[in-house]
Amino acid sequence: MTSLYSLTDLSKGYTRGKESITIFEELTMTIPEGDFMAIMGPSGSGKTTLLNLLGGIDRPTSGSVECQGVRVDKLSEGKLAKWRSQNVGFIFQFYNLMPTLTAAQNVELPLLLTGLSGKQRKERVATALDIVGLADRKGHRPRQLSGGQQQRVAIARAIVADPKVLLCDEPTGDLDRKSADEILETLQLLNKDLGKTIVMVTHDPSAAKYARRELHLDKGRFVEQAQEPAQ
Amino acid sequence: MNDLTLIRKNLFRKKLRAILLTLSILIAFLIFGVLGAFHTVWTSGGALAADNRLITVNRINFTVSMPFAYWNRVAAIEGVENVAHASWFGGYFQEQTQQVQTFAVDPATYLAAYPELTMPAEQRQAFLDTRDCLLVGTDLAGQYGWSVGDTIPLLSNIWQKTDGTSSWTFNICAIFDAEDDKVPANYAVFHYDYYNEALAFNSDQVGWLIINTTDPSFNDQVSRAVDELFANSPSETETTTEAAFNEAFANQFGNIALILLFVVGSAFTTILIIVGFTMVTAINERTGEIAVMKTLGFPAPRIFRMVLAESVMLSLVGGLLGLGLANLMISGVADAAAAFLPGLALSAQVFWVGVGLAILLGLLTGIVPAINAQRVKIITALGKQ
Repeated sequence: MTSLYSLTDLSKGYTRGKESITIFEELTMTIPEGDFMAIMGPSGSGKTTLLNLLGGIDRPTSGSVECQGVRVDKLSEGKLAKWRSQNVGFIFQFYNLMPTLTAAQNVELPLLLTGLSGKQRKERVATALDIVGLADRKGHRPRQLSGGQQQRVAIARAIVADPKVLLCDEPTGDLDRKSADEILETLQLLNKDLGKTIVMVTHDPSAAKYARRELHLDKGRFVEQAQEPAQ
Repeated sequence: MNDLTLIRKNLFRKKLRAILLTLSILIAFLIFGVLGAFHTVWTSGGALAADNRLITVNRINFTVSMPFAYWNRVAAIEGVENVAHASWFGGYFQEQTQQVQTFAVDPATYLAAYPELTMPAEQRQAFLDTRDCLLVGTDLAGQYGWSVGDTIPLLSNIWQKTDGTSSWTFNICAIFDAEDDKVPANYAVFHYDYYNEALAFNSDQVGWLIINTTDPSFNDQVSRAVDELFANSPSETETTTEAAFNEAFANQFGNIALILLFVVGSAFTTILIIVGFTMVTAINERTGEIAVMKTLGFPAPRIFRMVLAESVMLSLVGGLLGLGLANLMISGVADAAAAFLPGLALSAQVFWVGVGLAILLGLLTGIVPAINAQRVKIITALGKQ
C-alpha cells in the first residue's frame, strides 16, 4: 500500500507556567492509504494530540507531517482550512452537530466549501445519509435523534465531501455497546468498501478490535500490535 | 442551504432573545423615524425659502411690531423689488382650542412676495378687491370644511376692536394651494386695512416685512441698508434671509436638531451596549460550534463575515420594522396634523439615513463578536467540551 501520511521526527510539547511538558518526541511513522488504525493509550499519552496534528488543527513543535507530498505543518491557516475541507473528515466523541440545523443540513455543511450546485449537494447528502442508514431522518434536528443516530449523522458529514482520511476521536465514547458496535461496523464498511483511511483514537479495546491494526502510545512511543479485524 | 441560511438559523436560535433584541432596536428606529419626520417638517422652512426673500423684524424680537411707515421707506431702497408686510392676528375659530394661523397683510404685495401660492385667477382678483376677504390655505380649509362663499367669524386672542369685541367677520373668497406639498397651506391671510381700521390699540403697526430683492446678490447690501435706515430709532430692525428667519423661528421651540441628536443618540447608545453585549455572549455560547466549523474547513475570514452579517441582519430587521412602524404612525396622524405641520411624512432621506444607521449599528455591535469568532482556537474550544 502507498503511504498516505508520513510523520518524521515529530515532537510536540507545551509550556505550563515555567514548566515545559513534552507529549512525544521524535516520533516517526507512516500511515498507508486504506489503513484502519486504532490508537490506544492511557490518558495524557498524546493520542488526541497526534490526531490533531494529522488533521492539521494543531502544529508540531518540530518535525514534519506530510500527507501525499503536502507538508501539512507548513501550510498557512487559510491553506490549512482548505486542505482540511478537501482531505479530512472529522468524527468527534460528542458528535458536534449544529443544533439549529437538520440532519441533512448538518451533512451539507462541508459542501458549502465546495463549488457544487444546490442539486449536486442535495444528491451527495442523500447518498451520505443513505450510507449511514439515516435517509429517513434527514429532516430531524440533532435533539430529535439518539446518540447513535447523531454519530451516524456526524459520520455522514465526515464522508460527504469524499475526504481521503477520517480522523475519529473516541467516536463511541459516548454510546452504549449496541450503538457503538453499529458505528464501528459503519467505519469498517467505509474502510473496506470505500477505501477510506481511518485513524481512530479510543480507550475501548473492543472498539480497537474493529481496526486493521492497533498502535499503543505510551510515554511518547508507539508499540504496534497487528491484529485481524473483528467480524 | 447557504451562508444566509446559517446566519438566519443562528440569529433566531433563541427566539425570545432574538425577539427582545429586535424589539429594542425597533423602538430606537421608531423614535428616530418619528423625530426625523418632525425634524424635516420643522426645518423645511429653510429649504422652501426663496433665495431673494428677506425678513425684517423688530430688533427686540419678532413678536414686537414696527411702524407701518417702514413699509414704504424700505420700498425705496436700491435693490428692493417688492416689499410686503404681515401682522400676526392670533386667531381662533369658535373656540380657543381651534387655533387658526392668520395674518393681516397687504394683498397685492403679499401675493407678489409669494409667487408659489396658486389659486384660480378670479379668486385671486376677488381677494385683491374684497376688503373683508379671507384667503385660506387648502389644508386649513379642509380642516374646518370651509369653501369659497362661506362667511365665518374669527376671533383674536391678542387684538380688540374699538367696539370692545375681538371678532372679525370674513368672507372666504379664495383658497390657495401650492405645487410643492411642502409649501405650507395651513394658514389664512386678509386685508391689513380691514383689521387696522378696527383696532382699539396698536394701530398703524406691522409685524414684519417681507422683502424681495432684485437678485440674491443684493441680499447683504439690502439687509444692511434696511437696518441702517432704522438704526437709533425707537424700533430698530434686524433683517435676515428668509431661510435664517425660518430656522430661528423653528428653534424658538428648542433646538430640534439637538433634541433629535440627544434622544436618538441616547437610544442608540443604549441599544449599542445591550445588543453588543448580547452578541458577544451569544457568540461565546457558540465557541464550540465555531471551532467545529473551522475544523470542517471554514476559513476564519468567512466566519468573521458570517458573524458580522448576523449582527447587521438583526439590526436591519429591527431597523426596518421600526422605520415601517414610524411610517405607519406618521401616515396615521399626517392628515390630522396637516393644518399645523403640513407635509408631515417619513421622507426618503430620513428612511435611508435610518437604513444607514441600522447597518452602522449592526457593524458596531458585530465587530467585537466577529473578531472573537475569527480568533477561536480549535484545540482550545474543542478541549473545553
